[in-house]
Amino acid sequence: MEDLEKLANKATAEIEAAADVGSLEQLRVQHFGKKGQFTALLKGLGKLPAEERPAAGAKINVVKQELQDLLSERKTALEFAAVEAQLAESTIDVTLPGRGQSTGGIHPVSRTLERMEDFFSAIGFDVVEGPEIEDDYHNFSALNIPENHPARAMHDTFYVDDHTVLRTHTSPVQVRVMETTEPPIRIICPGRVYRCDSDLTHTPMFHQVEGLLVDEQSSFADLRGLLENFLHVFFERDDLEVRFRPSYFPFTEPSAEVDIQCVNCGGAGCRVCSNTGWIEVLGCGMVHPKVFEYSNIDPERYSGFAFGMGVERLSMLRYGVNDLRLFFENDLHFLEQF
Amino acid sequence: MNISEKWLREWVDPPLTTQELAHQITMAGLEVEGIESVASEFSGVVVAKIQSAEQHPDADKLRVCQVDTGTETVQIVCGAPNARAGLVAPLATVGAVLPEGFKIKAAKLRGVESHGMLCAPKELGLSEENDGLMELAESAPLGADLREYLALDDNVIEVGLTPNRADCLSIQGVAREVALLNSLDMKSPDIDTVKNTIDTVFPVELRAPERCPRYVCRIVKGVDVSLPSPQWLQEKLRRCGVRSIDAVVDVTNFIMLELGQPMHAFDLDQLEQGIVVRTANTGESLALLDGQTVELKPNSLVIADHGKAVALAGIMGGEHSAVGAGTKDILLESAFFAPDLMLGEPRRYGLHTESSHRFERGVDYKLQERAIERATALLLDIVGGDAGPITQAHSEEHLPPQKSVTLREKRIPKLLGMALPAAEVGRMLTGLGLEVRPVDGGWECGVPSWRFDIAIEADLLEELARVYGYNRLPARPIEGKLEIPLKPETALSIRGLRRHLSARGYREAITYSFVDPKLQRLFDPDASPVALANPISADMAVMRTSLLPGLVAAVQRNLHRQQTRCRLFETGLRFVTESDELRQVPTLAMVAAGQRFEKSWSVRTDDVDFFDLKGDVESLAALDRKPDALSFAAGQRTALHPGQTAAITRKGQLVGYMGALHPVLQAELDLSVPLYACEIDLAAVLEGQVPQFAEISKFPEVRRDLSVIVDKTVASDEIMHDVRLVAKDYLTELRLFDVYEGKGIDPKRKSLALGLTFRDHSRTLSDEDVNLAVDQVIDSLKKNFNAELRN
Repeated sequence: MEDLEKLANKATAEIEAAADVGSLEQLRVQHFGKKGQFTALLKGLGKLPAEERPAAGAKINVVKQELQDLLSERKTALEFAAVEAQLAESTIDVTLPGRGQSTGGIHPVSRTLERMEDFFSAIGFDVVEGPEIEDDYHNFSALNIPENHPARAMHDTFYVDDHTVLRTHTSPVQVRVMETTEPPIRIICPGRVYRCDSDLTHTPMFHQVEGLLVDEQSSFADLRGLLENFLHVFFERDDLEVRFRPSYFPFTEPSAEVDIQCVNCGGAGCRVCSNTGWIEVLGCGMVHPKVFEYSNIDPERYSGFAFGMGVERLSMLRYGVNDLRLFFENDLHFLEQF
Repeated sequence: MNISEKWLREWVDPPLTTQELAHQITMAGLEVEGIESVASEFSGVVVAKIQSAEQHPDADKLRVCQVDTGTETVQIVCGAPNARAGLVAPLATVGAVLPEGFKIKAAKLRGVESHGMLCAPKELGLSEENDGLMELAESAPLGADLREYLALDDNVIEVGLTPNRADCLSIQGVAREVALLNSLDMKSPDIDTVKNTIDTVFPVELRAPERCPRYVCRIVKGVDVSLPSPQWLQEKLRRCGVRSIDAVVDVTNFIMLELGQPMHAFDLDQLEQGIVVRTANTGESLALLDGQTVELKPNSLVIADHGKAVALAGIMGGEHSAVGAGTKDILLESAFFAPDLMLGEPRRYGLHTESSHRFERGVDYKLQERAIERATALLLDIVGGDAGPITQAHSEEHLPPQKSVTLREKRIPKLLGMALPAAEVGRMLTGLGLEVRPVDGGWECGVPSWRFDIAIEADLLEELARVYGYNRLPARPIEGKLEIPLKPETALSIRGLRRHLSARGYREAITYSFVDPKLQRLFDPDASPVALANPISADMAVMRTSLLPGLVAAVQRNLHRQQTRCRLFETGLRFVTESDELRQVPTLAMVAAGQRFEKSWSVRTDDVDFFDLKGDVESLAALDRKPDALSFAAGQRTALHPGQTAAITRKGQLVGYMGALHPVLQAELDLSVPLYACEIDLAAVLEGQVPQFAEISKFPEVRRDLSVIVDKTVASDEIMHDVRLVAKDYLTELRLFDVYEGKGIDPKRKSLALGLTFRDHSRTLSDEDVNLAVDQVIDSLKKNFNAELRN
């Protein structure tokens, strides 16, 4: 039995020293295989007297079991270490930039237009578009701006010929809708408009969203409520002060210009608001009865209101853009910011 | 229009600060666009008189003046050319502080003591004039503080008037508004009839009474035009932005500013026999006050005498009959011209005057006599002379009729959203100068002669809202029926398109719809673009027939600003004329140039090529779940590479083009890298399809690969089409997975590797089924394309 102890010690040492799963397997074969040393020991039991055999056998089996457990333990440890090593080897720098196409972006005018459309669509306004080269009837006459009216001169119109213009506003789209649609009407008309004017604060092309609501009971109170709501939502400020100031447009009456408290200085006065604390953001009013008459809508039965706003202006205020001309230069350094 | 606050307060003086007053009228619709004090800050400046002016002993340009300050005589050394004995001028005394903090101290100038400074207007911040001392009236009280004497503690209020409010183009008009808003009475000056001291009259004949229904005039004889306008008059004009000319012109301008009636004064000696208000004769011309001679246009209204035209009615007087230094007798004119017939007249001559501005918008047609009486009284005071009786020519039937508008009480809540108390309505309407008569269910309102803008009920509603205060009216959320109309699922949104292209690396651009005709011709030489009659500049003169010129120019600018890659898209209209009919076509354009990817550690940074862009275009078709919706075939288009251009069709219709920018054009535009561009009708990529579910086969699929060699000239698309046609039943997928040209193959031929996938819905396909199909494909390719199988 001294042999058993010696063998056990030797095997334990060997198992503990095994460097990899392969040498461990060799040890398993060497000790527990068909020709292994423990197998030989067990076979050797036959040489013992019959009464000693059970005790000796049990002893061998205990040791064998211990060694086998040790072996399997060692094997798990070695396998785990191997996986660890492999993982360590395949570590990557996860902070390297990803592969593939870089994303582009949406023009700030579109971005602003979409936000405006979202608001009005949510309360049932349809988005309608129309021609940009327009006849003077739809651009002016049907909007109660007769020929030679001072308001025509104020529009800085681009002419194609005596009766064809680049639309100076998107209101002609409203006329086209009124000509063909029975009220109730709820539309907004976004799009490009053109004025023959170019300086620091004017570009010869810009974008407008004009809106029109016609039904049997719309009043100035609805107009005020709607536009105040819009401006609060657009600037994400419930407490933004909004004021309506009487003005004049040939196609609405009463007409108003709408100012908001300067979003740059909060009303204290700054460069953006020319130190007035207020910024004019849109024009609006109740549809003029003559405009209804031009479109064969009964002004006794129906009332309605219209409004119009400059998209670039709102975009500049919202995103802090300080130069209108940037919108049409298409410099990637500008576009990348949106 | 600019108004002097002090002048306004002479008419009506509400207990409001300047700012409060400005806010009040702004909120009533007379938008105040600016407030400026009429003089810079200064103090210690008094009215003084130069008693003597002697040459400085040691300086040619300086004079030594003894100056009477009213309480003492001080010595002042002065270099102004007009420093002369007897001149009354402003004196900054020792201790005075001039604008920008400049302090006046006693000093020696070239050895001579000087106790103060005589001032030019510029030194006091009164105007830009700096060519001599400011000359004050001889009657100015010596020693008086200049600020008080000239009433310089005043502001110019700049009011931006809307075209409907012609009635406010005067102090009187604005005062009327202020009085109403503050429930005050307006203090208008007493205007008495000037008793004539001579009997001479000048006959007037109205030959176009529909355009000039009233013409009032009067002779004033023996005026002394050498007498200057008094200081107060010059100051009032200056503050309202009108330059002082001479006493006669100043008085007419004063009346225009005060009452709103434009007037004119003729040199009576230059007029023959009488005034005739008529339309211009053919070939007639007139030298105008501004120095230009105009060919009178047919139908132009002129003021003429019995021989010639002497003024462009309501716009500008003639030079010949203008009041000048030698004038002794004058004819004053105060007329009314019908606004609707005046409209546009000044523009026909490229003119716009204070007078025409008012007549085009409407001058009170009952004002003419009052105005001429006030002007006469002032004139007699200033330049003396004898006034004749007033000549008044008018045509009653052509004067505007007395208008009456009825306001129905029920319309107030309907349009304004709230009812107003009847008494309040009555007060406001009356305050506006309307003659209000309550009738059943409302008010009948006689419109005053100065309100050309009130003609219908809506005009009265606006007036009520304005006077009551827009911001005192209610505001409430709109209400409506919650019913959503049908909307086709096949209509893809432009937003989705924007986001899709953005995800593929494109940035949205917005370029001008008008482009340089030269650039336009490079892209579309055969089109005749819509040209603007009045372009803002030569390089923005025609409407684009294609989005590409603008978009390519945008890429060019970016590449020239050191960008190495640029992908842009734009949506918008292009304007094409086809057989005289203008079409405004919603269009999408995309351009890509430079590196395929951002320079990166992980990918090769080759430049984009045709197939990058094509992949992006195809992805648009895939958006509507129908990848083959767009077809590409070799095509030609100006500006694009003849061998790298595809015409794009959808359902057999040509919808666009794509390709490489022509190398010649690329060089011409100085682009360092090739540029790929696509232009396609927006409708072709925004019409989708509602998905229809198809049963998924439970049976396995069989794949076969096939390599065929065909001539290079054969389009791969034709091969694919043929395969699909022949193998129709079981073929579920067809891929072209390799194209090879080169070693081992006839240089005129190419090899195409096709992957065919077969599958059936009802059974597992046998080898025989598939072999048969593949054999048929091969046969067909052999027959139709002279194809050979590649091993």
